[in-house]
Amino acid sequence: MILQAIAFYSFSAVAIAAGVMVIAARNPVHSVLFLILAFFNVAALFVLLGAEFLAMILVVVYVGAIAVLFLFVVMMLNINFVELRQGFLQYLPIGALIGLVLLAELVLVAGTWVLGPEMSGVVPTPEVGDRTNTEALGDILYTQYIYPFQTAGIILLVAMVGAIVLTLRVRSDVRKQRPGSQIGRKREEAVTIRKVKPGSGA
Amino acid sequence: MLTISLAHYLTVAAILFTLGVLGIFLNRKNVIIILMSIELMLLAVNINLVSFSVYLHDMVGQVFTMFVLTVAAAEAAVGLAIIVVYFRNRGSIAVEDVNLMKG
Amino acid sequence: MYSAVIFLPLAAAIIAGFFGRWMGDRGAQWVTCGAMVLAAILSIPVFLEVAIEGHGQTVHVFSWIESGALEVAWALKFDTLTVVMVLIVNVVSAMVHIYSIGYMHGDPSVPRFMSYLSLFTFFMLMLVSANDLVQLYFGWEGVGLASYLLIGFWYDRPAANAAAIKAFLVNRIGDFGFGLGIFGVFFLFDSVLLDVIFASAPDKAGTLLHFLGADFDALTVLCLLLFVGAMGKSAQLGLHTWLPDAMEGPTPVSALIHAATMVTAGVFMVVRLSPIFEYAPFALNVVAVVGASTAFFAATVGLVQNDIKRVIAYSTCSQLGYMFFAAGVSAYAASIFHLMTHAFFKALLFLAAGSVIHAFSNEQDMRKMGGVWKKIPLTYALMWIGSLALAGVPFFAGYYSKDMILESAYAAHTLVGQYAFWLGIGAAVLTAFYSWRLILMTFHGKSRADKDILAHVHESPKAMMLPLVVLALGAIFAGYIGNEYFVGHRMEAFWRDAILVLPTHSAIIDAHHVPEWVKLLPVVMGAAGIVAAYIFYLFVPSLPGLLANKMQRLYLFFFNKWYFDELYDWMFVNPAKWLGRGFWKQGDGTLIDGVGPDGVAAATLNLARRASRLQTGYIFHYAFAMLVGIAALITWYLIGKAS
Repeated sequence: MILQAIAFYSFSAVAIAAGVMVIAARNPVHSVLFLILAFFNVAALFVLLGAEFLAMILVVVYVGAIAVLFLFVVMMLNINFVELRQGFLQYLPIGALIGLVLLAELVLVAGTWVLGPEMSGVVPTPEVGDRTNTEALGDILYTQYIYPFQTAGIILLVAMVGAIVLTLRVRSDVRKQRPGSQIGRKREEAVTIRKVKPGSGA
Repeated sequence: MLTISLAHYLTVAAILFTLGVLGIFLNRKNVIIILMSIELMLLAVNINLVSFSVYLHDMVGQVFTMFVLTVAAAEAAVGLAIIVVYFRNRGSIAVEDVNLMKG
Repeated sequence: MYSAVIFLPLAAAIIAGFFGRWMGDRGAQWVTCGAMVLAAILSIPVFLEVAIEGHGQTVHVFSWIESGALEVAWALKFDTLTVVMVLIVNVVSAMVHIYSIGYMHGDPSVPRFMSYLSLFTFFMLMLVSANDLVQLYFGWEGVGLASYLLIGFWYDRPAANAAAIKAFLVNRIGDFGFGLGIFGVFFLFDSVLLDVIFASAPDKAGTLLHFLGADFDALTVLCLLLFVGAMGKSAQLGLHTWLPDAMEGPTPVSALIHAATMVTAGVFMVVRLSPIFEYAPFALNVVAVVGASTAFFAATVGLVQNDIKRVIAYSTCSQLGYMFFAAGVSAYAASIFHLMTHAFFKALLFLAAGSVIHAFSNEQDMRKMGGVWKKIPLTYALMWIGSLALAGVPFFAGYYSKDMILESAYAAHTLVGQYAFWLGIGAAVLTAFYSWRLILMTFHGKSRADKDILAHVHESPKAMMLPLVVLALGAIFAGYIGNEYFVGHRMEAFWRDAILVLPTHSAIIDAHHVPEWVKLLPVVMGAAGIVAAYIFYLFVPSLPGLLANKMQRLYLFFFNKWYFDELYDWMFVNPAKWLGRGFWKQGDGTLIDGVGPDGVAAATLNLARRASRLQTGYIFHYAFAMLVGIAALITWYLIGKAS
């Protein structure tokens, strides 16, 4: 019990701190790195909850793909250090206020729902059972939720196509090979016969 | 305090969500921070989903988490592509300069 | 036949008006003149039947309003008064129509002109044959309309437009009084039918109207209101300002409307309503005073005018004053008698003046005329005939009627009558003087006209001279022939119950028994005026200039029409314009437009502009807005759940 509590609190604290630093860091590369840290800690929380498959997926997809993508773009765009602008302070009070209000409300809503009389004190225990988390997930994902699953695949495809469409540049100063035209070349395009007088140039 | 219940996880998620929201309009640096804040918000939602799934002994929450993950990835990809193209055309992604859609 | 006499002009007006362009000038002229001549010819047997033989009648044409106690119908009442007026109107109108063929030759809108003339005639006929006050008002308004249309006939002239509006507006003021009078009559008598009113007039003689805390004699109030209408239509002192300006219209219009017929509508109305007026002695006195003052005033102004038509216009105004003060002393028959003779000689004078203007190539200023009596002898002779009739030279028409009026005024033996008599005598001198001033300045002496204009002076064509001759015949003989019937021994049998004269108001009967000097005085005065004119304008031509210089103030006072126009300008016109402009600019422009359409539009624009500032283009602003929205929604939801 106590170990769980310690684990939970430490992981949560780091996650939240990392979240704060994402927003507050001056160097955008630092922001991305703090984001990665947050992901890791939340993955640990997932393991605590017993959803280990999701935790690993989080690390692989979020950290391994998305955060790296962020890093690529940040490096590519040559973003400079930006001094903290004046305007930040002017928005902080009202923003913080709204944020606090929202937070309070979220907690309240969740609390009123959760803390009903019959619910308090119930500790979610990870189901050990006879199926691991992965197998349990696979049981319903490929049967009941096959259509959303396939749709998710299509979404990914579309996103990929979209990203390529947006950013593809045809560079005119780069010579590419076009095997198709190479093979389909005809004699008329390739060879020209020129009559040259003997003694003069071509 | 020592028994970690559902409420704890939900609180953590709420805090992360709020941080993400704050990040959207408190940043003055560049637009990528906004995308990262959105990722934070999605992360908070994931925490919520998984917590409830475990609590209610229903796997649906986790299935849905997978989908959220997928969509977040797609959205991050497209968003970054847009930012790249915008940078190519405008030369800047400072937040003050991204206001072409003003009415 | 009775209906034909009234409605033929209307048919002609409609045909010429709507089909004039298709029919052309000639066609329109044939239709209208033909209809008018036919109507004039038919008026004669009508006159003989009703007036001489005594078979009066009422022709019911159509029912108009039947609402509770108010019953109004289109009906034509034919009694002596009606047929006298019908005869005058139709004959003079027919002559003017024929004259217009020549006068308006070459004008671009001849069919329109002829149509308007016939239309006017129709309205005048409706007026005089009205069986109830509403139809009379219909005719009244109609002649006002026709007058407006005809004065402003040459509508591309700003002066003509202004004159037309002035005429209509001043008339309107009179019509307002008239309208109030009609309301009052209905209020008092519960009917607007003339017969009903006349029958119950004696009973209502003493009733009092309670108004604003004071008691007024009902009939007096009504008669005064009705007389206000007559003042407007007949250009009496106070509402006379439109008549001289009305000379902007073509000369035939001046002859028909502003000499013979429309302006006499007021006189007609007072005489027609004699059964009521008789019971309102105070009103009669007012009528007499106003009439006499007008007669004198107009004569003084006409004395010094230089435009030939204006002189004749003021002469008309003056003679109308005579007719009114005759009515004011209950000598209604004399009033109508003078109306008839005046119609002839005044129309003659106007048309002859038109001939003169035509001869002098459209010159109207008498200071630029002169020395042409040998060149246009017929016009000259006709002018003489008209002036002799006007001045009341014995055995011409005017002599009989004018003398009758003056004698009646004297014979009334009242203060008002004496006032009227002496002012009338004064006006008679002035009348004779300015009439011969006109003749001498126009035809005699060394000509002051341009050389080429002088060379061009010629008689008008036969078509124009023929109506003048007819009118001249009337001017000579109408008085002598009509004397017996109108005001002489056959008076009772002639008028019968068309006019009511109470036995106490016996002025017209006593007029036959006045002292000799009263009978001779007008003639002597007229002669004196003629002699004076000769001295001033033929024998000692420098005299007028000298006198004008010595009495500069008086001369200018007369010349500027006693400064009435300036007074009205200051009192009414400028405040009205100021008020109108204020309402327009501030009231309508600023207030209504500002609060209404413009204000709404500006507010919309303003709000939209402010709202569009929300769209900054910055994503985080939008996100912030969304966040605020979410917070608000959740708060609302929580509060809703809590309560």
